[in-house]
Amino acid sequence: MSADTVATVEPTNADKGPAFVVPPGPTVRFRFTKQGKVRFTSHRDVARLWERALRRAGVGVVYSEGFSPRPRVAFGLALPTGHASEGEYVDLRLDHEPVEDLPVLCARLTDVLPDGITVLAAEVIPPGTPSLQEAVGACTWTADIGGPTLTEAEAAVVATLARTELPIERERKGKAQVVDLRPAIEELTVAAEGADQALTLTMVLATRPASFRPEEVVEALDPSWRMLRACRVNQWIIDEDTWREPVPLVVPSPRAEGRAS
Amino acid sequence: MTMWPELEPLLAEVQKPARYIGGELGAITPEHVPGAVAWLLLYPDAYEVGLPNQGLQILYEILNERPDAVAERAYAPWTDLEARLRAQGLPLFSVDSHLPATAFDVLAFNLSAELVYTNVLNCIDLAGAPVRSAERTGEHPIVICGGHCAYNPEPLADFVDAFVLGDGEEVVGEITAVIAEWKAGRRTEASRRDCLRALANVTGVYVPMFYEPVYDGADLVAILPTEPGIPDVVEKRTVADLAEWPYPKHQLVPLTEVVHDRLNVEVFRGCTRGCRFCQAGMITRPVRERPADQVRSMIQSGLQRTGYDEVALTSLSTADYSGIQESVTAAMDDDAPGCGRVSVSLPSLRVDAFTVGIAAEIQRARRTGLTFAPEAGTWRMRQVINKLISEDDLYGAVESAYSQGWRRMKLYFLTGLPTETDEDTRGIARLARNCVELGKAHTNKPSMTVSVGGFVPKPFTPFQWFGQNTDSELRRKVGLLREDLKADRGVQLKWHDPTASLIEGLMSRGDRRLGPVLEDVWRAGGTFQEWSEHFDMALWTDAMAKHGLSMDWYVHRHRHEDEVFAWDHLSAGLHKDFLWQDWRDALAEVGLEDCRWTPCYDCGACTGYGIEHIVASAKPPAGGSQGTGQGLEWHSGVPVELGAKPVGVGS
Repeated sequence: MSADTVATVEPTNADKGPAFVVPPGPTVRFRFTKQGKVRFTSHRDVARLWERALRRAGVGVVYSEGFSPRPRVAFGLALPTGHASEGEYVDLRLDHEPVEDLPVLCARLTDVLPDGITVLAAEVIPPGTPSLQEAVGACTWTADIGGPTLTEAEAAVVATLARTELPIERERKGKAQVVDLRPAIEELTVAAEGADQALTLTMVLATRPASFRPEEVVEALDPSWRMLRACRVNQWIIDEDTWREPVPLVVPSPRAEGRAS
Repeated sequence: MTMWPELEPLLAEVQKPARYIGGELGAITPEHVPGAVAWLLLYPDAYEVGLPNQGLQILYEILNERPDAVAERAYAPWTDLEARLRAQGLPLFSVDSHLPATAFDVLAFNLSAELVYTNVLNCIDLAGAPVRSAERTGEHPIVICGGHCAYNPEPLADFVDAFVLGDGEEVVGEITAVIAEWKAGRRTEASRRDCLRALANVTGVYVPMFYEPVYDGADLVAILPTEPGIPDVVEKRTVADLAEWPYPKHQLVPLTEVVHDRLNVEVFRGCTRGCRFCQAGMITRPVRERPADQVRSMIQSGLQRTGYDEVALTSLSTADYSGIQESVTAAMDDDAPGCGRVSVSLPSLRVDAFTVGIAAEIQRARRTGLTFAPEAGTWRMRQVINKLISEDDLYGAVESAYSQGWRRMKLYFLTGLPTETDEDTRGIARLARNCVELGKAHTNKPSMTVSVGGFVPKPFTPFQWFGQNTDSELRRKVGLLREDLKADRGVQLKWHDPTASLIEGLMSRGDRRLGPVLEDVWRAGGTFQEWSEHFDMALWTDAMAKHGLSMDWYVHRHRHEDEVFAWDHLSAGLHKDFLWQDWRDALAEVGLEDCRWTPCYDCGACTGYGIEHIVASAKPPAGGSQGTGQGLEWHSGVPVELGAKPVGVGS
């Protein structure tokens, strides 16, 4: 009943094991999609889904230390809940040299991730590579919209691009704030696509100094329009004048090809 | 048929849309074949509370394994989505195939708390059916409720077609067969009544429309069957051997955050500790342990399949499980190399050093909190409630926890217990202070969180005769504790809203006359009442006044020996005279040993149904304090024979 009857049990905080042992393996950057119903999960949800998928696939990763060890995984810019993506990324520090080719590992992870999350490609990144959060400077988005005709939409796009300032109001920490959206818009086009001639905006938005959501661009174009859905098509790392994706696809997407020159 | 195209644009506008998408690992999208009875299993609260419910998941699997049934799930939509569904004229939907609730033959609710009752009405309404059972016809689904609150179903009797008492594993098959027959013929109002009459003859099923309460003034005199062939008393269902039901086999792993987000393995059902305030311990008797090798394989396959890094061994008092050491070892051996460690949690800990030792051993992956539940502040009070933990037990447990690295612990107490004096209440503060004092030898900043709940008497317990404390009395008692603890920085006091406990008490022991009250509160928008931001006391007091009913009479009145309860026509196996004797013992401050390891008291739960405890060990668990008869004058220490031989009267 007293403490000494159980004193043989090692306290947890002294039970981390030797600090050296396994030389960790490489850091691998994975590119994946978030499409369909699963796009309604949050950024945090996606992190948890990956954590469990790694365990199910038996892929060992380096864990943090302390009372509550968590896998060392780093996701890039948060994708707003409800938006789809063809280009999400995560950096994982493996605790071993990969035992299989990366495309095989991608397929194995896709199998244990929910429908809608497909791991498209992976690359080993050298130590010291800047994090996704630091490196990504722009994103390409598509946004399906309802409300205007193609002509009206084209006119609004032209008028918006002609402006030098585009102040919009946002709430930050409970306070209203005015920020300028215009410098973030690198490109903005509109097209009618598909059999039903649905209107789709394609936009390239810089992530610095402030990052904007596609719905903020739609709202700035015309507050009466409805954004039906949005998809992050690409994320871009910008070196001088060269734009590249964090992990390019073997068969680049048509939009990436235009950019990669 | 699927509503997904209509739902998709709405989900972009609501909070936490992942609650409505389904697609969990383990989710089933069954093919709705003609003739198969379609069950919609509903948890009448938010998804993040309802998804982990093991009862619902067990029935979901069992029904979908049957050729004559299909089952999907639904949860109460949060108020933002509900408003949009109503604005668009859309019904409640299943999260599996996103089918409208109108596509199902049965709406089956899990009732685990009284404050969700108005959500049940709301869900029936959103499902497109009249809320009152009497107004439903051949085109409408059969509305069924199960779960612990079904043991006093009377407040919901106007709205629910049938209630199921006890374990659902076997009875869902029998209910399916009855409803399949109804479905095969013409579904008319008359055939619906025949179907319900047939259900009333399935053991464990209570169909309130075939029973009539008889009153003498305000007093209930009897609840009697209205037709020949309807049983006078409805007996609960009990699964004799848990080993035959290794469910859930494919526990659902949600895509989004929920409570209790971990693998859960039920190690036993039932509890005979005999804590007099605890309804679960009374109505789920006898103790039925799951074999340790089955627990081990459920842990191993479960962790592998789900990717969880935490497993909870669930029961009403897991440290009492005779296979605990073996199961814990199995879980820890399952560490996959490089994938971090598995932690095991024991949600219901006993208060002793043995338990702390086990907890220290298993929580090596993540040091989670440690919670003890002494329930009352003095030994006298703990004898009244039959929670026989000595002060030394508690200090021993706390001391060993501090010595093993814990810095913060949580203590659970009830206030408003029968015979409670201010000295008993203040004993809570004294215990907490002493625990913090013990910690000073181990750490600079020892800390205790003291959580105090207002006691609500429940049906089928010895305290069912007790008049609940008023909310002002509960508030006064919390005030005593605040005063006593205001100088102690090491103790954080938390308490539950005593006003909400009042409504819990009203529904817990209420009768059929509360139906109109529930309907009024629901119609006035009173849903999600267990969420403090939605709880609205004024709705309840207004409705009670409108129908000329007294909160005092229902909640605060002490009952007499000859009181006819609104649940006297239902049976959890317990003899009413056993409960009455236990109530007298409580008032006399006499404790009662755990009948797993001492002679039978003939409470009725085993003998009435010809079943028995299934306990692997004939000895009380090592280090166990409560149940070994400590501090009891008739301490015998001689366990009866267990296992193959029935533990009956006179054994």
